[in-house]
Amino acid sequence: MEKFTTHTGRAVPLRRSNVDTDQIIPAHWLKKVTRTGFEDGLFEAWRKDEDFVLNRPERAGATVLVAGPEFGTGSSREHAVWALQNYGFQTVLSSRFADIFRGNSLKNGLLTVVLPQETVERLWALTEADPTAEITVDLEAREVRAEGVRAPFELDDNVRWRLLNGLDDISITLQNEDAISAFEATRPAFKPRTLPAA
Amino acid sequence: MGRTLAEKVWDDHVVRRAEGEPDLLYIDLHLLHEVTSPQAFDGLRLAGRTVRRTDLTIATEDHNTPTLDIDKPIADPVSRVQLETLRRNAEEFGVRIHSLGDIEQGVVHVVGPQLGLTQPGTTVVCGDSHTSTHGAFGALAFGIGTSQVEHVLATQTLPLAPFRTMAITVEGELPEGVTAKDLILAIITKIGTGGGQGYVLEYRGSAIRSLSMEARMTVCNMSIEAGARAGMIAPDRTTFDYLQGRPHAPQGEDWDAAVAYWETLATDEDAVFDHEIFIDAAELTPFVTWGTNPGQGAPLGADVPDPASFEDPQERIAAENALKYMGLTAGTPLREVKVDAVFVGSCTNGRIEDLRAAAAIVEGRTIAEGVRMLVVPGSVRVALQAVEEGLDKVFTAAGAEWRHAGCSMCLGMNPDQLAPGERCASTSNRNFEGRQGKGGRTHLVSPQVAAATALLGRLAAPADLSSNVAVEA
Ligand code: SF4
Repeated sequence: MEKFTTHTGRAVPLRRSNVDTDQIIPAHWLKKVTRTGFEDGLFEAWRKDEDFVLNRPERAGATVLVAGPEFGTGSSREHAVWALQNYGFQTVLSSRFADIFRGNSLKNGLLTVVLPQETVERLWALTEADPTAEITVDLEAREVRAEGVRAPFELDDNVRWRLLNGLDDISITLQNEDAISAFEATRPAFKPRTLPAA
Repeated sequence: MGRTLAEKVWDDHVVRRAEGEPDLLYIDLHLLHEVTSPQAFDGLRLAGRTVRRTDLTIATEDHNTPTLDIDKPIADPVSRVQLETLRRNAEEFGVRIHSLGDIEQGVVHVVGPQLGLTQPGTTVVCGDSHTSTHGAFGALAFGIGTSQVEHVLATQTLPLAPFRTMAITVEGELPEGVTAKDLILAIITKIGTGGGQGYVLEYRGSAIRSLSMEARMTVCNMSIEAGARAGMIAPDRTTFDYLQGRPHAPQGEDWDAAVAYWETLATDEDAVFDHEIFIDAAELTPFVTWGTNPGQGAPLGADVPDPASFEDPQERIAAENALKYMGLTAGTPLREVKVDAVFVGSCTNGRIEDLRAAAAIVEGRTIAEGVRMLVVPGSVRVALQAVEEGLDKVFTAAGAEWRHAGCSMCLGMNPDQLAPGERCASTSNRNFEGRQGKGGRTHLVSPQVAAATALLGRLAAPADLSSNVAVEA
């Protein structure tokens, strides 16, 4: 998992509320056997409309998604997070995320930031008026900055520490490497093995 | 204070314990199949990680595998890609795999025990909810999600939240014709599909002790359908006898050491369970489901229930919806419900004992006209054993189809599916809407009831068969 300290990038203002995971990545994409390559499935139905904000040439290369409230509701699928990341988003800002989606996003290194709806509105207005306007999400300072906007946000200390250090669940467990090896050394010889002893 | 079986196994696997954090548990055996593993391997690849213990990991192909023409290329592209991906991943990461056509191939939960890999006192995980099957050996076995599969591949451990314990004590003798399947269906109906939530169940009592290993696996298999995290049975002589001599069972001194350890695992006399349930085996009868979740069941001798009879409003609505989906009318005797198909197989009832039981009933008889009966052994080994005993001939002579091993119609990921509206008596474990094919209607039953149902064309128990049924049919 990549470290997240501070990120500055252009934005995609998504003025929609209750965006569910099936809209983020439709079910037929779940047949894939990789964790990458989901970018074309992101918001697939809406992207059929060429005026959809993601399709606008001036939004190409944007990395910050400014979403409406209740983002990521519906069935639990990590693919929704992968799709956003595969597309190039580093962070999503909203006034409210669905719990499971939020948990999945933070575990996978996609920083989801909760801001007051009024701040979201100002970011929408700013980035709609000027597609080149940049937003900075500063995890160290726990602050979102843009022209005329300076908004603090909250994030659990432990989660923040993990993101700052780029630690996923597996790396955290592997910090206990000594304990795991020590445990392995005490396992009785009669425990089953799937392969012949090397 | 004494400890329960589940607590002992848990304690023996704690790698790290810290205040306010979940215990980090060591995993003895990791089973893989093609559906839930691809992204886990891809995650390893993306992070540049390897499989920590290939010697505690094994893969088999089951969910998607065809049960006909297994030597031909797999027609369905999604199934083919999943199987090819598993083969590639196994090769790349050095994981042992049993592919279609291999003598050890089969449903993952049939394969582990028959190889002797599932042992008492072990922790077993698999990206599949019916991993609870392995609890029949006194293993702590549970299903995990794809990101946990990746975690176990990389670390051979899992951080796990604590569980509560529930004792389900079944005393007495099961009446003639009543099986482990009837018992577990009755238990789920009694405690509900959410009744086991957060618990590890321990099945105990004289009725449980007298069950064979196959029957114990049937019981533990469906623990998840009561919402439980796992289900376990204390290991005893029956367990040891089943294991001794199997390819991966300990040998010589190791065997003695293992048995000595296994004998210490049973719940202590003074241990306290968080919850207890008692069941009188003598009161049980053949059981079938009438609805669309495994908790919607009733004795075969009963009628389709009237939704109005449920006090809980949620249950009432669920029953109304279920009857609509199932095309059933309240008050109809279950014995009058006609079926189009019968499925004998799955990790619940696809072992040799199950096939023997079904074969003994259809032997010398013919299945009812218009009924399609599919017999799908749980593994290639089970199939070979059945052929050696001539069971395949018994089934085909009766008009049933004898197929290749796999999950098959348990979930209809391969071509074995019900057509919309078709009704099936199935020995599998889930009667959810569309589980066996879009619009398909499932009644969960024991192998014995499945066989009798196939002969009569309606839900029936072996006791309903008159001696001249062959002529009638
Ligand atoms: S037989 Fe059915 S329940 Fe068992 S592993 Fe296969 S699909 Fe799952």
